[in-house]
Amino acid sequence: MESASNIPETPNAPATGTDASDDGPLLAVHGLTKLFPVGGSPFRKPSSFIHAVDDVSFQLGHGESLGLVGESGCGKTTVGKLLVKLLEPTDGKILFRFAGDPVDTETGAPWDPAAMRGRQLRSFRRRVQMIFQDPYESMNPRRTIYDIISEPLSVQGMGDVQYRVDRVLEILTLVGLTPAGAFLFRHPHELSGGQRQRVAIARALVIRPSFVVADEPTSMLDVSSRTGVMSLMQDLASELGVAYLYVTHDLAVARYMCHRIAVMYLGKVVELAETEELLRNPLHPYTKALLSAVPLPDPGSRREPPDIRGDLATPIDPPTRCRFYERCPAATAHCLNHPHPLLEEKSPGHLVACYEV
Amino acid sequence: MTTPEPFGPTPEIAVDAGSRRLRFVLARLRLVWRSFRSGGGTFLESQMGRLSLFIIIVYALMAVAHPILMASVWDPATYDPVTGYSFDQVEQPAPPSWKHPLGTDPLGRDVLSQLLYSTRSEFVLGITAALVTVTIATFVGAVAAYYGRVVDAFFMRLADLMIALPAISLLIVLSALFPLNLFYLALIIGVLSGFGGTAIILKSQALSIKVKPFIEAARVAGGGHFHIIFVHIIPHLLPLALLYMMFTVTSAIFAEAVLSFLGLLDLRMSWGIMIHTANTGGYLLGGTRYWWLIVPAGASITLLCSAFYLAGRALDEVVNPRLRQRND
Repeated sequence: MESASNIPETPNAPATGTDASDDGPLLAVHGLTKLFPVGGSPFRKPSSFIHAVDDVSFQLGHGESLGLVGESGCGKTTVGKLLVKLLEPTDGKILFRFAGDPVDTETGAPWDPAAMRGRQLRSFRRRVQMIFQDPYESMNPRRTIYDIISEPLSVQGMGDVQYRVDRVLEILTLVGLTPAGAFLFRHPHELSGGQRQRVAIARALVIRPSFVVADEPTSMLDVSSRTGVMSLMQDLASELGVAYLYVTHDLAVARYMCHRIAVMYLGKVVELAETEELLRNPLHPYTKALLSAVPLPDPGSRREPPDIRGDLATPIDPPTRCRFYERCPAATAHCLNHPHPLLEEKSPGHLVACYEV
Repeated sequence: MTTPEPFGPTPEIAVDAGSRRLRFVLARLRLVWRSFRSGGGTFLESQMGRLSLFIIIVYALMAVAHPILMASVWDPATYDPVTGYSFDQVEQPAPPSWKHPLGTDPLGRDVLSQLLYSTRSEFVLGITAALVTVTIATFVGAVAAYYGRVVDAFFMRLADLMIALPAISLLIVLSALFPLNLFYLALIIGVLSGFGGTAIILKSQALSIKVKPFIEAARVAGGGHFHIIFVHIIPHLLPLALLYMMFTVTSAIFAEAVLSFLGLLDLRMSWGIMIHTANTGGYLLGGTRYWWLIVPAGASITLLCSAFYLAGRALDEVVNPRLRQRND
């Protein structure tokens, strides 16, 4: 498709499900739902709910990276926070099968963050990490870079100070902050934005997790340091075998980073496919509109404005029909009278939630 | 774990382990010193900070001077603050003289000796009360803000209760029930203030820390409640806690003076008792004729209270960036 041609090519070929040392994908999400109450008090039930994430299901292979794309407020970050157990899901199931130890030693079943407490949760935290969006706010300004990066190691009780210093120096060198020794006792405010984001990446990877949620790690950076951070994350992924869930609103970033892309709209996944397939052959009207909104690096070119109407609808108690109905150029009476369409496989590996495809 | 070693050898660390650990510790100490120096600099830049520090140091020297003077030039029979008696004066209270720079009290005791002797207990009282306050308030504030809900509601209603209680009246009732000594007084003032207003202020500060993304980051790293409260929340409360420590010293010294003046404290000697002695002898109403019975103790209470208050205000400028004057 023409509209995707200005997005840079994916540098490495998608490799799904590599080194699957056991049956099943790394991560399987079924019907994940998160409702936030609006109003209410200890004595009165809330009258309505924000449907931040509504019945989301997907799978993620070992070492694979999945992009979660959508506009602001569509629930991308909430999905990320649910996966690292910063939030508790209202409904649905999250199951992890880590390479090496696919089942939780205490329950004998795949790792289920919802049921975890205490020690079990701590060993889960050793395998799943998150890179936060804002490198300025996600570090305690009173602590040094050494404190920040070694925190996962020290709260997990891994090694002595000697060991932790070695690991921190290693990872600092690996993320390109050299000479590493000069950074140990700096404070976050002494570093530039790009350096801070590298520190945030180092912190997430120092404990060698199997899965990392990256919440728009490049959105706060200027363009020059953005590509550096992205290729760094990719190098580290191939070197350490980390799987990413890459939350972003930038299709170009998603194309560069991800094997597969899931497009979210108002708490629902509306389309899920391999990166190149999704960009060349978008099926859902919303994905088409998103792609046509990507700017072209050609001042002379003219094109049709995306033919969707209106603004993002409110996620507070939305009607049960298709979430995209109000803005959809292809909507019919069938869409109005039926519930939100299910995510169905329209062509091999290409899932779309739309009645009109 | 059997994961392959993806990290290559690091060229940076070729030094032997012992000297590296030493360098590690030294670098830490340098950091502490640097932040201390920059904070102290701001404190001393303000007039209030310099003045308060000067007064506090003068009084601290006075407190130190008393035992030295008693051991060297002052004869205990004459100069003991409680049991001494000046036989060479014809009538008591005697006005200031070379032998008694601040005169003697109605019972023939040296006023200067009483003043110096009391200074030490005022410091002990004020600082103990302040430490108790800050310890309780920091912990209560952090826990209430972090856990929220029931814990928060409980501690905040308790704080309302503490604020609503009239502290001086309560202390008068308590002193009637059992003999209040310096330590109990410090403890009671500390508890009243620690569960009261100071806790509310520190809780509001803790609330603004709790929602910062680095708290979420610490949770993802695997930090438990204990780790987050003590490593991430409480360090951010300490500057404010130090500030309120200063204000507590002021209120503790003041409360002691009131109770002693009313004769309700089980103390050997204090500034309040000095004024109490003048009052029971009927000298308080004598106007300025017997000024040496009232002015030294009264002025000391005022000066030391104001000094700690001003120190608090000056610290506020260090702690609170909004108040800091930008001259760089």
